[in-house]
Amino acid sequence: MSDKAKEPLFSAKNKKLISDPLNDTNPVTIQVLGICSALAVTVQMKGAFVMSIAVLAVLILGNVIVSLMRNIIPPRIRIIVQLVVVAALVIIVDQVLKAYVYDASKTLSVFVGLIITNCIIMGRLEAFALGNKPWASALDGLGNGLGYGLILVIVSFFKELFGSGSLFGFPVFGDAAAGTGLYSIGYENNGMMLLPPSSLVIVAIIIWVQKARNPKLLEA
Amino acid sequence: MKFLRNIFDNAHAALNKSEKTKKFFPLVDSVDTLVFTPNHTTQKGAHIRDAIDLKRTMMFVILAMIPCLLFGIYNAGHWHYHALGEAGGYMDNFMSKLGIGAWYVIPIIAVSYAVGLGVEFIFAIKNGHAVQEGFLVSGMLIPLIMPVDVPLWMVAVATIFAVVIGKEVFGGTGMNIINVALTARAFLFFAHPTSMTGDNTWVAGIKDMKTDGTLVDGFSGATSLGDLAGAKSKYAEAAVALAKDKGEVVVAGLKAEGDAMATKAVSLMDSFWGFEVGSVGETSAFAALLGGAFLLWVGIASWKVMVSFFLGGLSIAGLLYAMGGNPFYEVDPIQQLMYGGFMFGMVFMITDPVTAAQTGTGKFFYGFIGGALGILIRMANPAYPEGVMLGILIANVCAPTIDHMVIRANVKRRMKRLKTA
Repeated sequence: MSDKAKEPLFSAKNKKLISDPLNDTNPVTIQVLGICSALAVTVQMKGAFVMSIAVLAVLILGNVIVSLMRNIIPPRIRIIVQLVVVAALVIIVDQVLKAYVYDASKTLSVFVGLIITNCIIMGRLEAFALGNKPWASALDGLGNGLGYGLILVIVSFFKELFGSGSLFGFPVFGDAAAGTGLYSIGYENNGMMLLPPSSLVIVAIIIWVQKARNPKLLEA
Repeated sequence: MKFLRNIFDNAHAALNKSEKTKKFFPLVDSVDTLVFTPNHTTQKGAHIRDAIDLKRTMMFVILAMIPCLLFGIYNAGHWHYHALGEAGGYMDNFMSKLGIGAWYVIPIIAVSYAVGLGVEFIFAIKNGHAVQEGFLVSGMLIPLIMPVDVPLWMVAVATIFAVVIGKEVFGGTGMNIINVALTARAFLFFAHPTSMTGDNTWVAGIKDMKTDGTLVDGFSGATSLGDLAGAKSKYAEAAVALAKDKGEVVVAGLKAEGDAMATKAVSLMDSFWGFEVGSVGETSAFAALLGGAFLLWVGIASWKVMVSFFLGGLSIAGLLYAMGGNPFYEVDPIQQLMYGGFMFGMVFMITDPVTAAQTGTGKFFYGFIGGALGILIRMANPAYPEGVMLGILIANVCAPTIDHMVIRANVKRRMKRLKTA
């Protein structure tokens, strides 16, 4: 500490920790992690939003806690320690969701508990928090959580818009049952968008667009 | 001819004048090479001269589809009149049936070609290559596997999806791993099931007839497969009722309902000639077989795929026939294969040389898997009467693996021979 000048809180390096996962090293589209939840909880934007916040919270807190303990965790049992930390955090998040947004917690059902198996979280703990200081780890968790949430919100935007004709539950195209708005001229909601596989198609299109626009991502 | 040639030459010259218009070269070039045989020659190296190029191949396939298309147009008109109760004999009102059929079918073809070629042009100009010919066939196949009454905007959306996701992302014509036309159909089947299955889509204008009550009594508008699947569900209900001890009367009543539905399915001869409701071009096994004979004669389709596809379907249909238990399974296996899109799929879909297995032995496995899965999905799961479509798509996905295994087996066999020698 003392032999090095104190690094500013938002140095260029630290800013990159947040900005990289949004594009160049996006956990979902580039590292292809956390796909299961991206398929499962994106039918409604609200669910995707709550899920993103939950994962973001677990990521930041998990990263900070493991980073604080990184020098006292014996390497041979580090996975178990990480699992205990993540499991505890997920239980807390689950209880908070049940207490304050009960409806969303109901629709997310088992997938809140399954945050524990989200590869992004264990991946960041292993790859980053075990070897970095708490503040950098927190930023890394924030960046990856935002990168994950960004993709989830984009996917759920298209799925809810075309699958249910609404955004955050508000009808955009008119009332399907009463046949008003777009529905009066023969438009119908796309039933495929309500099925999990359509998320794969949308994630694939996002990857396509991203790789076409970002020359750094071109494979040799 | 000279006049046409001049038009194209002038167009090429006009485009070449400025850098800005040069990128529209594929547009003119594609029409040019469609009308005239291109005179490009390979610059260096040995090459084989062949009179048939990709565009000519595609035109042959379209020629093979013409019997299906013409019969489909007639059939659409015939069932339109039938639903109104004015059909009479098959040859009565022949011209007006053709007219009504064309009125409904031609717009679907126009939308499919316009949208599909539009997407192809955009990709060709963006990527700077000539427009590839693949869509000539897909653009005709898509209308032939759509219900007559499908809304045109759905055809447009499905075509865009199929060309972009089914083909262009893989690199365009010749690189796709799944059949483009079937991708369009599968997309609509899952996205808008009410417009792709059920009673309200197989007859031109049936929705309007139902609302103004002009529909003739006793005509439901469901396909034979729909009726048979309904009969199967009734038998399943009867089995549940039996298990719950609901009484003999209830069980027998449900079974009688199922039998009544099953009798609505058309006879073997009618389904062979195609006098039944269904997607535009796939009702007539005879028309499909005419096209198939032509494709085999010019050497575009592979007989190995066709034969094994038929045998695959026949074996599963025969197996379930032997099992019996409900009216759907008790349909004669040959008749089962004449229903729905099986024969059409056998001739035009599974044989698509791009998505089929490439090795000779692999073609047998590939066709067999497609046919067997198609009939299995159709008969075992009444929710998917379009089993043939799903069976062929699954076979498409399996084709590279089949090829890989055939090649590995070949290598192994020859290695063994090498060691013993």
